[in-house]
Amino acid sequence: MKHRISALFLGAALTVSAGGALAQDKNIKVGVLTDNSGLYSDLGGAGSTLAAQMAIEDSGLAAKGWKIDLISADHQNKPDIGATIARQWIDVEKVDIFMDVLNSGVALAVNNLVKEKNAIMINTGAATSDLTNAQCSPNTIHWVYDTYMLANSTGQALVKAGGDTWYFLTADYAFGHALERDTTAVVVKSGGKVIGTVKHPLNSSDFSSFLLQAQASKAKIVGMANAGGDTTNTIKQASEFGIVAGGQKLAGLLLFITDVHSLGLKVAQGLSFTETFYWDLNDGTRAFSKRFSERTKNKAQPSMVQAGVYSGLVHYFKTLDAMGGNPHDGAKVVAKMKEAPTDDALFGKGSIRADGRKIHPAYLFEVKKPSESRGPWDYYKLIGTTPADQAFRPLSESACPLVKK
Amino acid sequence: MQALYAQLLVGLINGSFYALLSLGLAVIFGMLNIINFAHGALYMMGAFCAYFLLNIAGIGYWPALIIAPIVVGIFGMILERTMLQWLTGLDHLYGLLLTFGIALIVQGVFQNYFGSSGLPYAIPDELRGGVNLGFMFLPIYRGWVVIFSLVVCLATWYLIEKTVLGANLRAATENPTLVRAFGINVPRMITLTYGLGVGLAALAGVLSAPINQVRPLMGADLIIVVFAVVVIGGMGSIMGSIITGFALGVIEGLTKYFYPEASNTVVFVLMVLVLLVKPTGLTGRAA
Repeated sequence: MKHRISALFLGAALTVSAGGALAQDKNIKVGVLTDNSGLYSDLGGAGSTLAAQMAIEDSGLAAKGWKIDLISADHQNKPDIGATIARQWIDVEKVDIFMDVLNSGVALAVNNLVKEKNAIMINTGAATSDLTNAQCSPNTIHWVYDTYMLANSTGQALVKAGGDTWYFLTADYAFGHALERDTTAVVVKSGGKVIGTVKHPLNSSDFSSFLLQAQASKAKIVGMANAGGDTTNTIKQASEFGIVAGGQKLAGLLLFITDVHSLGLKVAQGLSFTETFYWDLNDGTRAFSKRFSERTKNKAQPSMVQAGVYSGLVHYFKTLDAMGGNPHDGAKVVAKMKEAPTDDALFGKGSIRADGRKIHPAYLFEVKKPSESRGPWDYYKLIGTTPADQAFRPLSESACPLVKK
Repeated sequence: MQALYAQLLVGLINGSFYALLSLGLAVIFGMLNIINFAHGALYMMGAFCAYFLLNIAGIGYWPALIIAPIVVGIFGMILERTMLQWLTGLDHLYGLLLTFGIALIVQGVFQNYFGSSGLPYAIPDELRGGVNLGFMFLPIYRGWVVIFSLVVCLATWYLIEKTVLGANLRAATENPTLVRAFGINVPRMITLTYGLGVGLAALAGVLSAPINQVRPLMGADLIIVVFAVVVIGGMGSIMGSIITGFALGVIEGLTKYFYPEASNTVVFVLMVLVLLVKPTGLTGRAA
C-alpha cells in the first residue's frame, strides 16, 4: 500500500513536471515574409518588420520571461522563392508564425506549407479571398482585407451610384483573377454588367494599350484589379489618355495609402476605394501611427498591411500569454485565437471566424482634393462604413471545409 | 480596325523609349566594347535628376531635358575614368559584371531613400491635353516623345556615321594606336562617347518621368527588354538598334491587343527566333 501511494505520488510529480516543462517553453520566433525590394515593398516591406518589432516591444512579454525573436526575408514576389524560404524557416529556423506574406501567389503557396508543417500564418498582405474559402486552413488567419470585401464595398457602392457597365484591367496572377472574379459577382448581383476584361502582366510599366481598349469599350467604370505600382501607373496614364475627362470612372479596387502618397493628390483626388485601416481614423490609430511614422525613414504613415501585422501579433501574443507557454502547435494556437475576441487600438473590436477570416468594419474612403488636405498624408475622407458582420463573405456562402453547416 | 491603328501608334510611342535606350547601348558597345548593364540605372537617374531639379531647384521640364543628361553624363564619365577604362582588352564578361554591380548599387541606394512606389512628376503645361485623331485620343505629350526621340536618334546616327568626329571615333575603335599617331586623344574620346551613351539614357529617363512614376526600379524593369532589342538589332549597329527599337515597340503593342498575357514575353520569343536564324542580329556583321 505504502509503495503504491509513493508510486502514485511519483507518477503525479512526473506528470506535473512534464506538463510544467511544456508550459514553460516561452520562446517565440516571428518571421515577416514580404516584398522587401519590389513594387509592393512600400506597403509591406521594412514597414511590416517595424510593425512586428513594435508589437513585440508593446506586448510586455519580455518582462514576463518570454524570449521573442524576429526575422524577415524578401520573397521577391515569386511563389517558389517564398515557399523555399518558408520551408527553411520552419525546418531550420523553427519559425512559429508567418506575418505579412503579401502577394496572393506567394500566400497560397505558403498557406499549404504552413498547414502541412503545422505552423501559423497571419496573412495581412495578400488579397485573395480563397485563403478563407476553398483554400482555408486551420493554421491560417486572414487578417486585414480580402478580394470579397473589396468587391463588396467598392463594387456595390459604384454600381449603386450608376456605374452599371464595367471593364476590367486585371493583373495576370492569382490576386488579379480573384479580385476580378469577386467584383464581377458583386456587379452582376447588383444589376450591373461586365463588358470586357484585359489581363496585363504583373509589374508592367506601360498601360496605354490596355487603357485604349478600356476606353474603346465605352464601359462606365474601368475597374483596376491590380495593386501597388501597377495601379499608380494605370491611374497616372489614364489621366493622360483622358479616361476620366471622357466620362468614364476609374475604380481602384485595391489602393493603399502609399499609392495615394506616390500619385499625389492632384492626380489621385476623387478616387474612392476601400480600406480597413487609416492612420487618422481615431485617437488609437493616430497614436500608433505617430509612433510608427517617427521610426520610418520617410516619416511614412503605416499602410493597412503594416497595421495588420501589429494587430495580428498583439492578439497572438495575448493568446500565448493566456496559454502560459508556447506549445509550438500551430493549429492548437490558432484554435485558441479564434475563441477569444480581438481588441486593439488599430482595428477596434473584432473576432476571428471558423474559416480563419478576421472580421472588422470596412471603410469606404474618397481621396481629398489638394485644397482639402491639411498636409502630407492627410488624404482620405470617410464616406461610408460597412459593419464587421456584413463586410466579409457570409459563412453561409463559404466553401471552407472548416465551417460547420 | 480603328483600335488597331491606335495600338500601332501606342507601340510606336513605347518604341521610342526602346530606340533611345538601345541606341545608347549600341553606341557604348560599338565604340567601347562594353556591355553596359548600368544603362537602366542611369536611365532611372535621369528621371530622378529631373525630379530633383523641379522639387529642389524649381527648374522645370525643358531645362531638365538638357541639364539631366549632362549631369548624369558626367557621372557616367567619372565611372568610365575610374572603373571601366581598366577593363579595356579584357573579356566582355568583366564589363558586364562590373556594370551590373554598379546598377545594383545605384538602384539599392535610391530605393533605400525613396522607397519603391515612386514619386510624382507632372506633364509640363505646354504639352498637356490631347488631340482626337478619330481612331484614338492622342495625348500631346506622347506625340512629342515620338517626334523628339526620332530626331535625337537620327542626329546621333548622323554624328557617328557621317561626321569627321564620328569617323575618328570609329577609326579609334578599329585601331587605337594608329589613330593616336594622328594626334587624337583616344582615351578622352572614349570617355566622351561613354558620356554620350549615358546622356542618351538619362534623356530617355527625363522623357519618361511624366508618363511613369519616377521609381528606383523603373530602369531595371526596362533594361532586359532593351537588351533583347539590341541583340535583335545586332550588337553595336546604330541604325539597327533604332529601327529595331521602334519595330519591337509596335510588335509589343500589337501583342497587347491580340494576346495581352504574352506582351512581356513576345520580345524574347522574337529574340530567340532571330538568334536561331541570324546569330549576329538583323543588321549585325559577323565578328
